[in-house]
Amino acid sequence: MAKPVEHSIGIAKPGSSLANKTGTWRTEVKPKFLQKNCIACKMCILICPEGCVSGEAKNTYNCDFAYCKGCGNCAAICPKKDIEMVKE
Amino acid sequence: MADAIKTLFKPGHTACAGCGQAIAARLVVDTAGPNTIIANNTGCLEVFSSKYPETSWGVPWIHSLFENAAAVASGIESALKYLGIKDKVNVIAQAGDGGTADIGLQALSGMWERGHDILYVCYDNEAYMNTGCQRSGLTPFEANTSTSPSGKQSLGNLRPKKPMPEIAVAHGIPYVATASVGYPQDVQRKVKKALSIKGTKYIQIHVPCPLGWRHLPGLTFDIAKLAVETGLYPLIEYEEGKLTQVRNLLKVKPVEEYLNPQGRFKHILNSPEAVKLIQQIADRNIEKYSLMETKA
Repeated sequence: MAKPVEHSIGIAKPGSSLANKTGTWRTEVKPKFLQKNCIACKMCILICPEGCVSGEAKNTYNCDFAYCKGCGNCAAICPKKDIEMVKE
Repeated sequence: MADAIKTLFKPGHTACAGCGQAIAARLVVDTAGPNTIIANNTGCLEVFSSKYPETSWGVPWIHSLFENAAAVASGIESALKYLGIKDKVNVIAQAGDGGTADIGLQALSGMWERGHDILYVCYDNEAYMNTGCQRSGLTPFEANTSTSPSGKQSLGNLRPKKPMPEIAVAHGIPYVATASVGYPQDVQRKVKKALSIKGTKYIQIHVPCPLGWRHLPGLTFDIAKLAVETGLYPLIEYEEGKLTQVRNLLKVKPVEEYLNPQGRFKHILNSPEAVKLIQQIADRNIEKYSLMETKA
């Protein structure tokens, strides 16, 4: 008897896009989390289009460079200027 | 590191760097939480978040056609009602501005009319960005798009934005709001508020598109904020048909500050008359919604 075919057409596993390491898209600059004046306002987490910034307490925030596309909005929103865009 | 990221809209999607829509989509789904079902119209968001065989979504998510997220969501809501579990599940229908104001308006109007318990979110990037920046009903006045090009005969888009929030209010739905990714916490608050209300809700979120608006990816946040600060994108809330809240402006910035960084308005910057016409739109908004009045 033939093996039953698993029908998974059009159905994808939740969050499986993690397989795409979009960090290779960065061309010029990347964020540097200085971790000096951070007040843990979480604005960088809210504004990141990739959702690759994480952190909890003050001065613990950083981003996952496997996914960061280097857009620089975290640096733009940081009220303490604690994120800098630096050359790759 | 990937384990530390707590979001229902995972990284690895294929949006451009600095995509405003990706920011807004994450804010919406993370505020709604895991007990959410999303129906999505065709558009940039649908394409970049569901590159087969992968998906960025951490909640049940369905895409059917360009125009029918509202209809699909209506069916989902009715099924949940039949099962008696609607109170435990949020149903969200979402689309871009073309899928909302042009192609999907018929299905959306039907959903509003039938009064389904659904939150409809329109990500307003002001043109059909997925297919190459063709003008939509929500493209602003004088914007240069591929189907409203600027040149000797034309200054770009001939018509102002379609008043979608007013159209929604006219349907008599309980909650209508506009938001902007320039104010992420405001987006969260409005989504939370909308989901606490029973009935049909409509939120329109202003999301800059670096590719279509031709600005640097790092300016997404600043440009979204400037649209509000100049009065071109007033943040308003209607409850039960009444204007209940507006974001007041302490100081109104001239529209040039908003237009300057964007390539789609480059052609009018040397023509003060053309800029004046956009300033008039901003002034009318400020007057209409009393954006300058301070609360008593």
